[in-house]
Amino acid sequence: MKKRLAIILALLMVVAIALSACGKDDKDDKTPLSAETLNVCVGPDPDTIDPALNSSVDGATMIIHAFEGLMTLDKDGVPIYGQAESHSVSEDGKVYTFTLRDGLKWSDGEALTASDFVYSWNRAIADETAADYEYMFEVVDGYDSEDKVLNVKALDDKTLEVNLISAVPYFLELCAFPTFSPVREDLIEANGDKWATQVETYIGNGAYKMTEWVQGSHILYTKNENYWDYDSLGMKNLKFVLMDDDSAILNAFTQDEILFADSMPNDEIDAWRDKNEFNLQDQLGTYYISFNVEKEHLDNPKVRQALTLAIDRDFIVTEIGKAGQEAAAAYVATGLTDADSTKEFREVGGNYFDPSKEAYEANLQKAKELLVEAGYPDGEGLPTFEYLYNTDTGHQQIGEALQDMWKKIGVNIELVSQEWGTFLNTRKNGEYEIARNGWLGDYNDPISFLDMWITGGGNNDAQWSNAEYDELITKIKASEDTEERYKMMHEAEDLIFEEWMLSPIYYYVDIFLISDNLDGVWSSPLGYKYFMYASVK
Amino acid sequence: MARYLLKKILVSLVTLWLVASATFLLMHMVPGGPFLAEKSPSEATLKALNEKYGLDQPLSIQYKNYFAKLLKGDMGPSIKQRGREVDDIIKTGFKVSARVGGLSILLAVILGVPLGSFAALNRGKWPDSLILLISTTGIAVPSFVVSTVLMMIFSVKLDLLPTYGLTTWKHYIMPVMSLAFYPTAYISRLTRSSMLEVLGQDYIRTAKAKGLPMYKVLFKHALRNAILPVVTYLGPLLAYTLTGSFVVERIFTVPGLGNFFISSILNRDYTMIMGTTIFLATLIIIMNLVVDIVYKLVDPRISYN
Repeated sequence: MKKRLAIILALLMVVAIALSACGKDDKDDKTPLSAETLNVCVGPDPDTIDPALNSSVDGATMIIHAFEGLMTLDKDGVPIYGQAESHSVSEDGKVYTFTLRDGLKWSDGEALTASDFVYSWNRAIADETAADYEYMFEVVDGYDSEDKVLNVKALDDKTLEVNLISAVPYFLELCAFPTFSPVREDLIEANGDKWATQVETYIGNGAYKMTEWVQGSHILYTKNENYWDYDSLGMKNLKFVLMDDDSAILNAFTQDEILFADSMPNDEIDAWRDKNEFNLQDQLGTYYISFNVEKEHLDNPKVRQALTLAIDRDFIVTEIGKAGQEAAAAYVATGLTDADSTKEFREVGGNYFDPSKEAYEANLQKAKELLVEAGYPDGEGLPTFEYLYNTDTGHQQIGEALQDMWKKIGVNIELVSQEWGTFLNTRKNGEYEIARNGWLGDYNDPISFLDMWITGGGNNDAQWSNAEYDELITKIKASEDTEERYKMMHEAEDLIFEEWMLSPIYYYVDIFLISDNLDGVWSSPLGYKYFMYASVK
Repeated sequence: MARYLLKKILVSLVTLWLVASATFLLMHMVPGGPFLAEKSPSEATLKALNEKYGLDQPLSIQYKNYFAKLLKGDMGPSIKQRGREVDDIIKTGFKVSARVGGLSILLAVILGVPLGSFAALNRGKWPDSLILLISTTGIAVPSFVVSTVLMMIFSVKLDLLPTYGLTTWKHYIMPVMSLAFYPTAYISRLTRSSMLEVLGQDYIRTAKAKGLPMYKVLFKHALRNAILPVVTYLGPLLAYTLTGSFVVERIFTVPGLGNFFISSILNRDYTMIMGTTIFLATLIIIMNLVVDIVYKLVDPRISYN
């Protein structure tokens, strides 16, 4: 009897645990083409959706639906008025005065005033906030002051005055950046970091408001009836499905369970490329290779140039990248505008070598000559370099391709892969010889690519130091003349390629899938997706 | 029994402390930190972050602070997921993982034990070979293959089951099946071999000779003894399965705990690493303790004194 009881108990234990939390299963099991809810996937659980703390693209997409800055971006990535109704700029371009729209409200009905911006911006740069993007405010006067208080004033409830250190041509664009969104002082002071994790305290001023966040499952947004443009908004609900696995995302997309997917498995790209749902957009970013210029042999610019020229970029983008990336022969990515905003910075700056397939043989020849000049004919005298990358099939394939290509000029490399966290640490500390690298710009201004290479800069993985370059960057940052500024930025980029301290591979592209049933979705140059005016057929 | 239990619990606590300390030291030895990214934050931000989470202190102080808080039941905030407490994350994730995992173990036992017994009774005949084939496959095929195949068949091809989430009973079918695959196979093999051993015992022959009906011989005499190894296996299996599977949770977008185990390490989310490790260790220790007790109840020959 006792024995039987024991066995039954053991089994019951299993059953009990299994059923303990069961039983609240309701709702419909599939909510694909619902008239009210739009299901999209832009990524897994964001680390944070606090506008000041976020630094991820998927987090930013969620934030721009719940918050709105003074400006926002339209379909073409041009800043348009958001919370602001109008603005004026002083003659010297240093003082911006914004007038807010009438009757602005937070999603809980409280009034939103200019002083909310003053609080939010100062909060974003405060030490105790510890925001990744706090440096975005460096153009605002007071950022470098002793007490770290920005020179931003609420002249009255509707008027905000912003004083800049110089005429910053991209300031309106910054005002559309999520970090510049207003946040609620009372809720943050009372709840700390927690405020951005729960529905009751996650109060915004954007088109939507959060109504549910089930970690690892979904974040649900509903239209915010207090939003100034409420009447034009699209779907009633917006559901960010939090998925991580690319194959799973694609399955959900093909089954119409989500109508938008921000990523897909690399080996599926070929099959999808020609379909209507497939979208490709330039991203402000460059995939490149870092040379550690402090290492022996690699401290010779000729060696670095030879390695750069010996890479067949066409092969890499067509056979490995496959996604329509553009072979890069410069550092600042495509998609950024020049002083004359009808032209791209890249068009004006041009290429530093010819990355085309046809030019490869000539480049290879040149590389061999360079090695002779450097005193390493056919690579003789050069050690086997270590090529460091983070564990990932794509990066590995590129590493293997490089191994093969560099062998042609007699240079041997050994591939070393490290897990992401370890890799970042090794690269940051300069404990590598050659490493894969990548950079995404923060806003449409080339300085966001260039200022990282100043001596001792936190992202200067190349350990590069060039006094002339440092001086140029300081001048660019203080410059008030747009023409002059862009000219100097081109010069700065020239310096990078005078010394060949890095080797560009390709410009990043953003791939996403939009269902044929979904209309009115767009993506900003930074990769943020706008769903607020979307409609489902 | 009470004395035995007390001793066991004391040993468990020491084990737990050792596991936690080793994890603490090891995770700090791994290069990289929670705040590194392709774009690293500025020096000032980095400093502020380290101060905020006490990571600027010497390791010995951090160790002391962590365990002092832990003793009060506070696992601290997650470093990576801003604004969330580690114990909250574990609680929510565990509820989900335990539900899916529990169902899958239930399924595994319900299927595995009969299959194994049936195979043992038909030793050498075709049902035995068939079950052997199935269970060998079950052990050999990893769960991500099972998950993907299930997904292909039931969601993509037949369009019967939803591909993600966990809102209705339909959502449970594929994750539970994927998770149950391996344990079902293992339990059936375990049951088969121990059943064979038991069936060869004298008392079974006696029971048969007495003229007892077959079902009585089987259930009353054979199975009860044959199931002991399965019980042993269930302990750790429960602990592992209930805390969730990284692979299955990822593929079916199940908001369970499994994902956090892996991502906390990749992210160097120190407090999460500690929290999840301590949680898993505690669960394993408890399950083993439970198995010990169940053992004693099932088999009175086992003595603890």
